[in-house]
Amino acid sequence: MPANSFNGFTRYGIGIGLRVPHYRHILERKPVVDWFEIISENFMVDGGRPLEVLDAILEQYRVVQHGVSMYFGNADRPSREHLKRLKTLVKRTGTPWLSDHLCWGSVDGSYSHDLLPVPYTFAAAKRTAQNIREVRDYLEVPICVENVSSYAEYHASNMTEWEFLSEVVELADCGILLDVNNIYVSSRNHDFNPFDYLNGVPHHRVGQIHIAGHTKFERYILDTHDHPVLDPVWKLYDHAIRHCGHTATLLEWDAHIPSFNEVHDEALKANAYIGEVDAAEQEADAALAARA
Amino acid sequence: MQREMAGVLFTPLTRGGDMRRRAADGRVMREVAESFIKPNDRLTSFERLEIYSRQYWYRVLEGLQEDFPGLRAVLGGARFLKLSEAYLVKHPSSSFTMRNLGRALEGFLRAEPRWAGRRQAIALDVTRLEWAHIEAFDNTALPPLTSDDFLDTPPHRLRVRLQPHLSLLEVSYPVDEIAVAARQEDDGQRGEASNAVEASDGETDRPAIPLPPRERVHLAVHRSENSVFYKRLDPEAYAILTALRDGATVAVACERALRKADPKVDWAPLLQRWFGTWSQFGWFCRRK
Repeated sequence: MPANSFNGFTRYGIGIGLRVPHYRHILERKPVVDWFEIISENFMVDGGRPLEVLDAILEQYRVVQHGVSMYFGNADRPSREHLKRLKTLVKRTGTPWLSDHLCWGSVDGSYSHDLLPVPYTFAAAKRTAQNIREVRDYLEVPICVENVSSYAEYHASNMTEWEFLSEVVELADCGILLDVNNIYVSSRNHDFNPFDYLNGVPHHRVGQIHIAGHTKFERYILDTHDHPVLDPVWKLYDHAIRHCGHTATLLEWDAHIPSFNEVHDEALKANAYIGEVDAAEQEADAALAARA
Repeated sequence: MQREMAGVLFTPLTRGGDMRRRAADGRVMREVAESFIKPNDRLTSFERLEIYSRQYWYRVLEGLQEDFPGLRAVLGGARFLKLSEAYLVKHPSSSFTMRNLGRALEGFLRAEPRWAGRRQAIALDVTRLEWAHIEAFDNTALPPLTSDDFLDTPPHRLRVRLQPHLSLLEVSYPVDEIAVAARQEDDGQRGEASNAVEASDGETDRPAIPLPPRERVHLAVHRSENSVFYKRLDPEAYAILTALRDGATVAVACERALRKADPKVDWAPLLQRWFGTWSQFGWFCRRK
């Protein structure tokens, strides 16, 4: 199940985000890392250090692209200039799949540079799915859409977030980048049971999982990516991979970034959970083989 | 709905960092928020929308602050903040990347000089320099001309193109020194795009630096081995390079630049040295 058409039939393990403070460590010491996730927009440039570093990384590591500004949920169609630049990068990295968010973020050509929630309606699901299909057809690479953290809900919504996500991915026939930290953050901000969310999404479409830290305030939680992963999020992760199987997992750490080793060690904690799933899969395979 | 929400987000916060009580069109913001955002038992519709409004402004203001530390030093924190807000209201980001946030800042400062007050001239100089820095950081580098290319074509027929990452600036203040000092103070690293929420450092009270004496400076802002450099040029060297950039042949560019130059100076060895240095930097490439 985990190696599927939505992640290019790969079986990646634990990855971390490629971030500037770690460049030197990675290039000089060449640590063993299963894969790196890059933020596409940081490398959609014409030259200079970003591309040189990327090329050096590509010589040694597997890289997957993750975007922050495609805005599948925009009422507008995807920007051609954006798509052209993104396709150039896709060719450079050979990313087996590409992810971006289930959100909107720009209107009439003005950009918020934020991941804004979409109203959960059938009309919005249809528009969003059309945009995803257009992007996938242009880029010719599998797409996974990521659920975002949100702090507001709309009167217009007439379904749950997980129903909306399921509707979108079915209509677009695309994958899911399941962010379990975002599910936790939104569940606290909007008072739903995060396990209902996890149980409600089509598990066979999950191509990748994100884990991250967040910050609690008195009346809401913010998705800050500046802490280790907290226990409730690990519990959700455990539940997710029991349903989805061995899935490419990435730790996001974007602010107050500690040393490379600290970030990598935090990410590798996911192995404890994945190991159990792998063992169960092997047992099941062995049982099947014995029966055969 | 997206237009309505963007209209709210793109409205500047109050001085205290809260969402304004009135929308730009005079409507009561609480009513605007209630019209499309649900409240919950902890936050009103207004407060939920305010989270996004704050995130937007923290993000874009921080982006401009990272890209224009010299301008901030010249204007001081409070004036820079007011300028940034006014600029972003008129020129919200029109690109998928924050890298282009300040693209229209020079034009805005020219059109609305009140934001820089009596420091308009130096503000323009430093803005041009800092935009050139952004261009130098990640613009493309074309294959440079080789010495054979130079030898193959006589100077009266040789036209070259300058590297896209190279900008030539003539400024009235030593803004290169100001920008370098400001970048060092801010630890100058450009922020990366990510999907995490950011927070403002809130340093709006940083005073403006003393105004330096006027000084005509000619600069080349370029990239070498992936670092951005500000190279001071002699006026004649600057004149040659701008003429080459504008399409003159090497012979015409040199002739024009030296027409009014000091006749007592032996320019030949200087020209040789300049062209040698510029070639070493790889500044010349083939014209389309």
